[in-house]
Amino acid sequence: MSTLAMDIGIRAADEPWGGRPKRLTAGRVGLYAFLIISAIFFLIPLYVMVITSLKAMPEILSSNVLALPEKPTVQPWIDAWLHACTGRDCTGLHPGFFNSVKITVPAVIVSIFISSLTGYALSFWHYRGAGFFFGLLVFGAFVPYQVVIYPIILGLRTVHLFSTLPGIIAVHTIFGMPVLVLLFRNFYAGLPIELFKAARVDGAGFWQTFFRIMLPMSVPITVVALILQVTGIWNDFLFGVIYAGRANWPMTVQLLNIVHTTQGIPQYDVNMAATIEAAAVPLIIYFVSGRWFVRGIAAGAVKG
Amino acid sequence: MAQVSVRDLDISFGAVKVLQKLNVTAEDGEFLVLLGPSGCGKSTLLNAIAGLLDINGGQIFIGGKNVTWEEPKDRGIGMVFQSYALYPQMTVEKNLSFALRVAGFKRDEIATRVARAAEILQIGPLLQRKPANLSGGQRQRVAIGRALVRDVDVFLFDEPLSNLDAKLRGELRVEIKRLHHRLRNTMIYVTHDQVEAMTLANRIAIMRDGVIQQLDTPHNIYHRPVNLFVAGFIGSPGMNFISGEIAGGAHPVFTAPGLSVPLAGYQFDGSPPSGKVAAVLGIRPEHVSIRDAAAALPFSTDSEIDIVEPMGSDTVAWAKLADQSFTIRCDSEIALEAGQKLRLGFDPARGSLFNAETGNRL
Repeated sequence: MSTLAMDIGIRAADEPWGGRPKRLTAGRVGLYAFLIISAIFFLIPLYVMVITSLKAMPEILSSNVLALPEKPTVQPWIDAWLHACTGRDCTGLHPGFFNSVKITVPAVIVSIFISSLTGYALSFWHYRGAGFFFGLLVFGAFVPYQVVIYPIILGLRTVHLFSTLPGIIAVHTIFGMPVLVLLFRNFYAGLPIELFKAARVDGAGFWQTFFRIMLPMSVPITVVALILQVTGIWNDFLFGVIYAGRANWPMTVQLLNIVHTTQGIPQYDVNMAATIEAAAVPLIIYFVSGRWFVRGIAAGAVKG
Repeated sequence: MAQVSVRDLDISFGAVKVLQKLNVTAEDGEFLVLLGPSGCGKSTLLNAIAGLLDINGGQIFIGGKNVTWEEPKDRGIGMVFQSYALYPQMTVEKNLSFALRVAGFKRDEIATRVARAAEILQIGPLLQRKPANLSGGQRQRVAIGRALVRDVDVFLFDEPLSNLDAKLRGELRVEIKRLHHRLRNTMIYVTHDQVEAMTLANRIAIMRDGVIQQLDTPHNIYHRPVNLFVAGFIGSPGMNFISGEIAGGAHPVFTAPGLSVPLAGYQFDGSPPSGKVAAVLGIRPEHVSIRDAAAALPFSTDSEIDIVEPMGSDTVAWAKLADQSFTIRCDSEIALEAGQKLRLGFDPARGSLFNAETGNRL
């Protein structure tokens, strides 16, 4: 019967034909429910921070922690930025913000430049001891910070850079190198070696090959390095509080001093606003360049 | 004058000796092809000539000048790579002019040279494009152009067509040959494709395990291979090999079980062996005739066809001779079927005899 039906081109109604139909199964519903609940769970702290920072103190003390502000106000944000007290100074967070900028911008640029150069040299110029040097660098990624804090203090003091801006920039550069060099070396190792050979035949030397061929090709991996370094250095507390010196304390150190006040009732509204202000830069970087970040991570697998 | 001469070249990677005391010379204006299976050291040799690889011993002369310690850019060479190796962030024009800009040429000189290369390779309309927007064939043309603008004496090609599809490969092959006719530069070309080697070369160097087996014209390589390796490497379908022995003397004869081939017309390298020598007789499939044509040849016998492979342009039939597999290439118009009995014949003068022990031509 069925063979006859096939012969003359009649299809049974339930016979598979064409694209597979998409059905909503109980499993799917459960999966999406779980994902949505998880997302809400992880977003609640951020939600609480934002709404609390928009309430005045009396309202915070009287209302539910999840309730929306009845009389929204941006005064806590202004206070956090301009008037919040860190110990005796009541200047708000803004000096710390500018200190963080002064530390982050040069440290990011210097560390990425040095690391890409090192990664390039390690990938293409097979000098004696390159493997050992690379091994040493990667080993550096596993050294616990606490072990080297005091030796670095001594070292910086010897060269008169302790408690200075160049000192903290140097520290961030050095600690960024293991991971960044690994990143850049692997990126360059993924490029066809013939590109390097072609540049040599064309007469480009060490620097010209780097600046004119390799660096312009490194945009995706540089974006990854940029995000890692900006968030890493901006969020750093330990190195900042130890090596930067009181005058150069980054935003994170100031934030702690504002939040950890021991007198009176905690200013929840100002604390929340200050925290969001301090976290804003890495967040913005993530939102703006997240797409590039993923692309850069995947770039190792793509050939030019 | 741009003779390329490699003298007593030694290259080793760690304990592995890739090339040992290798000598080879490409004459001025010659198209020399280095052919061999992967890992035979042909690319290593090319990279050494280009100066992209440190050598352990020996010398390299280009145009009569000892360039053994020179940088690649100072050797007067241009190189074309398998993966094109175009600079992806630069336009075609910038790719072409990069070497000239690095060398600090004047702007109008650069423009002249780029225009000339673009004209020769017919890539004028592509000059403002990026390599990502070019097809494989166009990319390889730009890569050749990059060598062209530098006005070098010697072109080095490292498997330039291996990344292209079969049709484009055929087209570009002809173009490279045309380019050589026009420029008359010395060209050294590495490939594992025997068709490219046969069609392009003035001379072919067949390499195996870092040793040049035979350096000769394509005709001699094909018709008078010096050993079993060369005989088996060149030709598709491969040469038929029949193991047996030669009974020397005034009328040498090749014998295998159930087979006796008179060697009257065969030209031995040197004098024919005296006494019995274990040997291998090699016959190319297209030198085998069938039916009436076979009967007229110095040797013919009956055989049964095993399998028939119609190739379109011709037909390859598999038979057995002295219990050893034997292929025949014949006109595709001839109807052949598996199981058919057939008269086969060949002229041993067109074949090759090899010493079974040493593998060398007799």
